Amino acid sequence: MSQAVLETEAAAARNMDLLRFATAGSVDDGKSTLIGRLLYDTKTIFADQLEAVEAASASRGDEYTNLALLTDGLRAEREQGITIDVAYRYFATPRRKFIIADTPGHIQYTRNMVTGASTADLALILVDARKGLVEQSRRHAFLTSLLRVPHLVLCVNKMDLVGWDKDVYDRIADEFTSFAAKLDITDLTIIPISALEGDNIASRSEKSPWYEGPSLLHHLEHVHIASDRNLVDVRFPVQYVIRPQSTTVTDYRGYAGQVASGVLKPGDDVMVLPSGMTSKIAAIDTADGPVDEAFPPMSVTVRLTDEIDISRGDLICRPHNAPAVAQDIEAMICWMDETAPLRVGGKYTIKHTTRTARTVVRGLQYKLDVNTLHRDEDAGQLGLNEIGRVKLRTTVPLLADEYRRNRTTGGFILIDESTNRTVGAGMIIEAG
Amino acid sequence: MSQAKPYRVSHLDALEAESIFVMREVMAEFERPVLLFSGGKDSIVMLRLAEKAFAPARVPFPVMHVDTGHNFPEVLDYRDARVGELGLNLVVASVQEAIDSGLVRELPDGTRNRIQTPVLLAAVEKYRFDALFGGARRDEEKARAKERMFSFRDEFGQWDPKNQRPELWSLYNGRHHPGESIRVFPLSNWTELDVWHYIAKEEIALPSIYYAHDREVVERDGMFYAVNEFIVPRDGETVQTRRVRYRTVGDASQTAAVLSDADTVEKVIDEVAATRITERGATRGDDKVSEAAMEDRKREGYF
Ligand SMILES: Nc1nc2c(ncn2[C@@H]2O[C@H](COP(=O)(O)OP(=O)(O)OP(=O)(O)O)[C@@H](O)[C@H]2O)c(=O)[nH]1
Repeated sequence: MSQAVLETEAAAARNMDLLRFATAGSVDDGKSTLIGRLLYDTKTIFADQLEAVEAASASRGDEYTNLALLTDGLRAEREQGITIDVAYRYFATPRRKFIIADTPGHIQYTRNMVTGASTADLALILVDARKGLVEQSRRHAFLTSLLRVPHLVLCVNKMDLVGWDKDVYDRIADEFTSFAAKLDITDLTIIPISALEGDNIASRSEKSPWYEGPSLLHHLEHVHIASDRNLVDVRFPVQYVIRPQSTTVTDYRGYAGQVASGVLKPGDDVMVLPSGMTSKIAAIDTADGPVDEAFPPMSVTVRLTDEIDISRGDLICRPHNAPAVAQDIEAMICWMDETAPLRVGGKYTIKHTTRTARTVVRGLQYKLDVNTLHRDEDAGQLGLNEIGRVKLRTTVPLLADEYRRNRTTGGFILIDESTNRTVGAGMIIEAG
Repeated sequence: MSQAKPYRVSHLDALEAESIFVMREVMAEFERPVLLFSGGKDSIVMLRLAEKAFAPARVPFPVMHVDTGHNFPEVLDYRDARVGELGLNLVVASVQEAIDSGLVRELPDGTRNRIQTPVLLAAVEKYRFDALFGGARRDEEKARAKERMFSFRDEFGQWDPKNQRPELWSLYNGRHHPGESIRVFPLSNWTELDVWHYIAKEEIALPSIYYAHDREVVERDGMFYAVNEFIVPRDGETVQTRRVRYRTVGDASQTAAVLSDADTVEKVIDEVAATRITERGATRGDDKVSEAAMEDRKREGYF
């Protein structure tokens, strides 16, 4: 690389933004190959990693360098030849840094997709052009909408094996588009690719003159994510109170946290929940000095003009735009524990923003079949990887929004009180 | 915070905000956190983040150095200066003392990376630390790609990849029974290049060995090792003076230097951006042993 290119890269690097995306596909759709391809085409793979993969491919008797091996992390997985847990990968182009949550798509791993999708700006679903949409493709699309991932990309892979036939692509694209219309999916892009041969990945391929959309990488670099954030509803969950025990800094009392949504400014009138007391923002501090405004995902320290009793788990908002202060919650739950199902009457620890409480399951309204979207109202419990709508009652109020409006103040986890395992992921539908 | 467009957040700002969030969560939810400080660039960045997370208060937890006794003097000097400047409480867990007291036995080849683990675990038990900040990044190595931000360890300090908790949104589950602990990796989502860009942006001083300097080295297995009290030239090896720098700082008896002219942070960034070999592959004799080397060490309680 020339010096000039490097210099522009270094300068650009400090102005890149960050896109997190989750990948999903069923077994052998080519997800590992695609990720390997993205890493390879963006020069993220290092020579020693490539050598190791070449050696491993040769010893397995693969005919070509198996890029999929780049991402097969743990030994158990390598031995079984399948991926069983969410893995995170990183690559960057001069425009963006990318974090991939690589989630294996086997039936039993809804848990992984939900985990990966919870923080994703974009979900990338793969299908094999020869097979078209399968049950799992629908499930992946459904989970994308359930978790409110703002952007969805469907990659129709292995186009080389269907002779780059436009009709094959159109049929899959149409079918998927009409399925997605039933879900709440706002932004859908469909791209024909060959992960193995690298077509329509880093640049548009000559093999698909009929395709007028962007290459995958171009789309990932340009998809507009800045306005996915909620900049309207001020929500600042207090994480930690900073009170220096020092002789040089006296009387400092700051509320540390990460802005969940909205824009905070010094001078703003605010309300503190659950107490309902009101005050004004005196200053917003960072270690680099005070700032004029704070917005997601900034981590800052807020000071107020009045001395009120505020502690971890409280929330700062605006007086006329507040979340619900609620002990009765209705939510969709994805159950993640293999050892015991969720049962009506079950008691758990609930963690929501910076607040931790106890909760009891008051009712299970229905269990959802994620493939057909059929609601089973007689289900008595939720097993591993099952999703259902529940009513919860908490010991102390949560400061909660609907998940569809706010992914941070609308999401929670359930923790088993004896094993301490994270057993459920919840998305609030109604708090009241 | 730069604001070319309104409400714009660069990737470095986003990473910093996430790491600070994680550190504050730990401080709020654990009783005895400690930050593992090796004097390497990742732990230096982590300490800087801790400083920023709790400002204007002091860093509210001690730092611990697992001292293999095989140190680069520049790194020890740096450690002591930084600890003094921030007014930190430093805990040194000494491998040499553990050998002397019979807790661990020196390996025949004299390397101390593997025997660090029991020393670390003994210190955790002695001080009853319940959360240990480590500077590991997921991009370092394949076995790390699935590591959680909060990595659960049983009462033997062991990591079971099958028994890790799913991490959703920014809700980290740090619950544990007495004796169990959590390793916390605030830099999980940073890459080597991100770390260097951050060092440049924050103007963080580093031990001098990270920048190009002339040093007497021997070439061994294609890597350049500094000649010092731990590395003695073997028959057939010639001592040569080369311009080198270190990409990682580990046990001085096993960490190799790379040939480099990069004597400023900007030049290092250019070099890292153009480099084709991972930092562990380039400089760590200890990870080369097998593809699963890191995984095995983690299971035993290594970071
Ligand atoms: N012809 C062709 N083959 C492909 C393409 N993409 C992947 N493959 C092949 O499909 C097979 C499965 O690909 P993988 O990448 O291992 O599949 P995966 O979806 O990651 O599977 P798991 O991670 O094991 O669930 C391999 O033999 C790949 O070489 C493609 O675009 N064209």
